[in-house]
Amino acid sequence: MNVSLILIILLVGAFATYLAGDKLASKVALFFGIVATGCSIVLLNHFNLGENISYTSQWITVPKVSFALQADGLSLAMILLTTALTAIIILSSFDNDFKNSKAIYALILFMSFAMTGTFLASDGLLYYIFWELSLIPIYFIALIWGNGDAEERKKAVVKFFIYTLAGSLFMLVAFIYMYQKAGSFLIEDLYKLKLDINEQKWIFTAFFLAYAIKIPLIPFHTWQANVYQKAPTLGTMLLSGIMLKMGLYSLIRWQLPLAPLAAKEYMFIFIGVGIAGVIYGSIVALRQKDLKKLLAYSSLAHVGLIAAGTYTLTLDGFRGAVLQMIAHGFVVVGLFFAAEIIFRRYETRLIAEMGGIRSQSPKFTSMFLIMVLASVALPTTFNFIGEFTVLYSLSQINIWFAILGGTTIILGAYYMLKMFQHVMLGETNTKVFADVTFAEGLTMVLIIGVLFFFGMYPKPINDLITPSLESILKVINRA
Amino acid sequence: MAMDTNLALVLLLTPFLGFLINIFFGKVLGKSVSGIIGTLSIVVSFLVSISFFLQISQTQQAINIQLFDWIQISKFHVSFGFLLDQLSVLWLLFVTGIGSLIHLYSISYMHDDENMHKFFSYLNLFIFFMISLVVGSNLLVMFIGWEGVGLCSYLLIGFWYKNQDFNDAAKKAFIMNRIGDLGLLIGIFILGNLFSTLDFVSLQTAISGAKNLDTFWLSIAALSLFIGACGKSAQIPLYTWLPDAMAGPTPVSALIHAATMVTAGIFMVSRLHFLFDLTPEIQTIIAVIGGVTSLVAATIGLVQTDIKKVLAYSTVSQLGLMFLALGFGAYEVAIFHVITHAFFKACLFLGSGSVIHGLHGEQDMRKMGGLKKAMPITFWTMLIASLAISGIPVFSGFFSKDEILMTAFHHNKPLWVVGSVASIMTAFYMFRLMFLTFFKDFRGTEEQKHHLHESPALITIPLIVLAVLAAIGGLISLPGNSWLNDYLAPLFAKLGQEEHALGSTEYMLMAIAVAGGFAGIGIAYAKYISKNEVPEEDAAITGVTKVLYNKYYIDELYDSVFVNSINTLSKFFRDYVETGISSVVFGFGKVTSELSFQGKKLQNGSVGLYLFAFVLGMCAIISYLFLAQQL
Repeated sequence: MNVSLILIILLVGAFATYLAGDKLASKVALFFGIVATGCSIVLLNHFNLGENISYTSQWITVPKVSFALQADGLSLAMILLTTALTAIIILSSFDNDFKNSKAIYALILFMSFAMTGTFLASDGLLYYIFWELSLIPIYFIALIWGNGDAEERKKAVVKFFIYTLAGSLFMLVAFIYMYQKAGSFLIEDLYKLKLDINEQKWIFTAFFLAYAIKIPLIPFHTWQANVYQKAPTLGTMLLSGIMLKMGLYSLIRWQLPLAPLAAKEYMFIFIGVGIAGVIYGSIVALRQKDLKKLLAYSSLAHVGLIAAGTYTLTLDGFRGAVLQMIAHGFVVVGLFFAAEIIFRRYETRLIAEMGGIRSQSPKFTSMFLIMVLASVALPTTFNFIGEFTVLYSLSQINIWFAILGGTTIILGAYYMLKMFQHVMLGETNTKVFADVTFAEGLTMVLIIGVLFFFGMYPKPINDLITPSLESILKVINRA
Repeated sequence: MAMDTNLALVLLLTPFLGFLINIFFGKVLGKSVSGIIGTLSIVVSFLVSISFFLQISQTQQAINIQLFDWIQISKFHVSFGFLLDQLSVLWLLFVTGIGSLIHLYSISYMHDDENMHKFFSYLNLFIFFMISLVVGSNLLVMFIGWEGVGLCSYLLIGFWYKNQDFNDAAKKAFIMNRIGDLGLLIGIFILGNLFSTLDFVSLQTAISGAKNLDTFWLSIAALSLFIGACGKSAQIPLYTWLPDAMAGPTPVSALIHAATMVTAGIFMVSRLHFLFDLTPEIQTIIAVIGGVTSLVAATIGLVQTDIKKVLAYSTVSQLGLMFLALGFGAYEVAIFHVITHAFFKACLFLGSGSVIHGLHGEQDMRKMGGLKKAMPITFWTMLIASLAISGIPVFSGFFSKDEILMTAFHHNKPLWVVGSVASIMTAFYMFRLMFLTFFKDFRGTEEQKHHLHESPALITIPLIVLAVLAAIGGLISLPGNSWLNDYLAPLFAKLGQEEHALGSTEYMLMAIAVAGGFAGIGIAYAKYISKNEVPEEDAAITGVTKVLYNKYYIDELYDSVFVNSINTLSKFFRDYVETGISSVVFGFGKVTSELSFQGKKLQNGSVGLYLFAFVLGMCAIISYLFLAQQL
């Protein structure tokens, strides 16, 4: 039994969903999403028992490319996140009525397949292929099923597509350069490369462009808010919940261990970039009129902090970053889903047109409030664990990083509570707001369960990711 | 040990269970059942607290319970654990004790509210978090409670969520608290970096045992922690949320914003006394901030006309006095005042609630008056509490306030003056409140006058109990024979050495303080009884009174300096910087595509062209960066 099984399930799932037809598509997709999640848990068990679940086979001889999938704790954690969120995202859209729904659900599973591949691939070129492959489904999802004016949407989505694709090309160049030196794309061979500081700086920068656009980090974020707003909510969830984690994961897996000297030299600058994103994103979020855009900027702030954590090159920074990636994945999906629940009833995303919802729907209010509180990292939620660990790691580098990054505690509370007040509270809205449906409630409850469980007991995830992060740190500190 | 663990879990989880029952089934169960469940769950915790209290008084052994590994940092792990010692058990007693009384009171007070079950669920949740704050065995478990009570405060201030002003007050409280919380977190980080532990017991061992302490970082840590205390305990500059918090139902003001949550800062400083003892300069800052806060808040309290606002500023002022004592390292004195203050301030708030209840929501003292006859129990209980807070002998506040002032006198004369003036003002505004509310003629409407009545037993019984405690609470720490000091002696090493018999100086100070108290009451009597004055309408207020009435315009100052500027910045970022960055980033692409369009009339807008243009643009940036680096 090995990790390629998950890829097979997701790929087969994508085809099966398409063949199942519009009526059954969502159910079939959910089935495969759940099977994939179950499969990742089973694999995790095998892994914990010490079994080798990696998979490698020769793929192309010239150039030498292997179909190499390596599952360590870090990859498995990301795959659990991907598969679980895929299932949750599919469940969340049960009440939607998509045109040509077999296609969109197939694309979701296909995207999940590509992202899983990205998290597993341990051959540079294979990784690159999965990385680019994941862009295609989200491009179509956003373009075809998105909302708002079709021309504007096309502009935003095409811009996003070109921008991220262009960024990734630099990464490809860096891979090719390293291949010429190492004669292999395999990560362990690349890790062994002895590159001088100037080469490393080039490679570091090339990777950074690819990842900074994908995550995104400021000032490479300008595609984000528009695409998040215009994509259908499940597309926004895929982008913010999972896809941006590809970038953050890659910082730890690829960029930092491949260019450790450059990483050390540039450390302060890039921690600074991350923290600048925290403050900038939070401040811009404050005055957004569109709920989804506000959440996009809040996401920008959160990932800035995660990136800052990874650039500390410490175990605490890595661990906090990974914990926060997972926590953020769940909470951001929950928040965008809350926006979707409101949209289904009021057909608007403008905060000014909302308000007075609380008196009509107590259940939804509680769920939304819990998401808001998790997002501002209230202790006992998973997000607190991640945020605390990241901020702690920053304090070890320089206390000012912790103070500046810590402003997220204040600013986050400000824009989120302000948003909650204008969206939910106040005099009863004249428009009727029905409380959550079963599928909506179940989606929210699943996410809330995850957030509180790991908020109180993060140990399983810590134990899972720590050894692999330690070995990556060993690679970083090899020189 | 297993017994202790189980009991501690009962202590903590019963209120949480109450919360769950009320939030999920409260509506079905009905108002009375919901209220009873809410109250009983706190009573159970109170009983457990008593049993822990008895145990610890006898054994003098702290109970340390570690449940499971919670947060892992590379150098240390933070476990989920409880520390039950003299300090935490003392806090537990009055948190759950007064908590029970206020829950009982709320059954009647909130009975007409359609969301009564929610009210009880939030109150239960508050007690749950307050208990975690108090019994946490390390800084992070304490932090759970610390932020959790802030959340409950937010929920309860904004309990009547249809009113956006109340929601604003709730949001303000949460955000100001979070400013303090960042300070607290920074303090936690520094302590973690210095000592590789966040556990209170280990920290004390590490700090007391260390030889070469980094006093600079220790001071920064102490200062950061104190900023946290300023947020939660409403001290300058983070106090402005507390008066606004009066938007919440009155039982909330009594429990959270007077008796319990706002004392968290004092609890934390006392908990970490071994740290603050080593940072004398930070202690001085604490004393000064405390003294100044007590005076500033008292001056504002002089002219307020909303009965709850007077009490709110009084709370800020009294908390200031507690910090004054903390600044001098007199933890037991501060704690003593925490306890007596909890008694008399809870009594005063609940009494004001009874008045507001009787007047169907009226809070303006200018429209009250003459309520003595109609509400005798409310009147007498509030009178006792007012005498206590004014420092009139034999009532509890006399002993605790006297000790604070005496400590101040021995350490720092100017601060003694500040504290004494604040105390005289306290006596004045409290009796201004009493006279305006209960004496002379009723100034409300005929309709209200017709309906004047004493509140029901569920309201008056808690009032009577609290009034009795406010009267005799001083007994726990009589000068020269202090049970409290003996009880706390194992915690604070300095205790016992400093306890001195009363000399002539002390008697003179006492006399001055008492005379000041009577003077304050006397002035209030002259103004509001003899001259029969009633505060002017808002529009007629002028001069210094206007400045005080408008709280020195501090809120306006904060709004224009912080809130408005950050909002302006946000708008600027949104409207200009965002589009600016966007056009710079895509500028390269656009320029190239424009050129090609003009020159070769290629098919514009195609993905390939954009891609080409974009890569070209990025190459330009990279080459530029590379060249710049080489030069």
